[in-house]
Amino acid sequence: MGVVEQINQEVADRGFMLASADKLVNWARTCSMWPMTFGLACCAVEMMHAGASRYDLDRFGMGAFRGSPRQSDVMIVAGTLTNKMAPALRLLFDQMSEPRWVISMGSCANGGGYYHYGYSTVRGCDQIVPVDVYIPGCPPTAEAFLYGILQLHKKIHRTHTIYSGWGERS
Amino acid sequence: MTPEKLENLATFVAEKFPNIPVEREIEAIVLRVEPEQLIETMTQLRDDADLNFTMMIDLAGVHYPNREKPLEVVYQLLSVKKNHRIRIKVSTTEDVPVPSIIKVWKCADWWEREAYDLLGIRFSGHPDLRRLLNEYDFDGHPLRKDFPLAGRIEMKYDEKLGRVVRVPLDTNKTKSEPFKRPGREAYVQN
Repeated sequence: MGVVEQINQEVADRGFMLASADKLVNWARTCSMWPMTFGLACCAVEMMHAGASRYDLDRFGMGAFRGSPRQSDVMIVAGTLTNKMAPALRLLFDQMSEPRWVISMGSCANGGGYYHYGYSTVRGCDQIVPVDVYIPGCPPTAEAFLYGILQLHKKIHRTHTIYSGWGERS
Repeated sequence: MTPEKLENLATFVAEKFPNIPVEREIEAIVLRVEPEQLIETMTQLRDDADLNFTMMIDLAGVHYPNREKPLEVVYQLLSVKKNHRIRIKVSTTEDVPVPSIIKVWKCADWWEREAYDLLGIRFSGHPDLRRLLNEYDFDGHPLRKDFPLAGRIEMKYDEKLGRVVRVPLDTNKTKSEPFKRPGREAYVQN
């Protein structure tokens, strides 16, 4: 049964509806997370595959890749992060409004990957920004990327923004 | 280029440039030019109707650490009309600049910047000799043979300062041990 039908049923039965405010907030957040366009290397192509019609990020409300950090909720670091790019990445992350999340996509963003021993690469983008989900692969397939997004959704569902509960904080 | 064509071009170039030694490499003719005569030679190579090297294919820098003049710039030229190629080499040191040939071929601009960035070859007369690939305040020239592979610094975010800073590289993290697999020792020299 879909969410809308559930709500309809509830309202039709009782005339009102009960919901946890946290669940509502988390539902609203996960259902439209606009990613920021941050394709750095070949991982960006897999990210585009995920956005195209076969895998279709729009199903998760993520199809709207924004060009501005002020409009976006999640930053997908897709590719090799170089030393020259690192200050720019941090600047864009700082410009994103809370709540914000970071997905590190691919070996290079996770830990330097192929370029770990190079002189110009940041050995993992978690040295620059706090990362929520790491997606392994070189590059990760579009399926792996979608799985990572679903993991991020799970992580958001565990947060309690409004009511932190009696020791239920996760 | 066929061997006959190469032979013809070699004798022809030797006639045109009596002061410059013409060397031979595999399927290529090499002119070894001094920095002072570079622009003159290049202009003649381009404008001479018989040579007609209108196109510069590539400019590369090389580091030979054991030579007296350790740095070398290699130019590859092509004549589209005559369908022949030539290679020009200029040896230099860190302190002696090579004249920029940006006035002869405009495409040399970024290649010279790249050679400056990665090898530290100076080009005199270049209008904008900044680094091209690395960040503008990068320390050192990474394609030099004495540059450490993993570099000297790494970038980190500093929570207190609230910005990305450079810290000295922790060499333990980049210690490479790629040949430790059993059974491989016989194939590895060191």
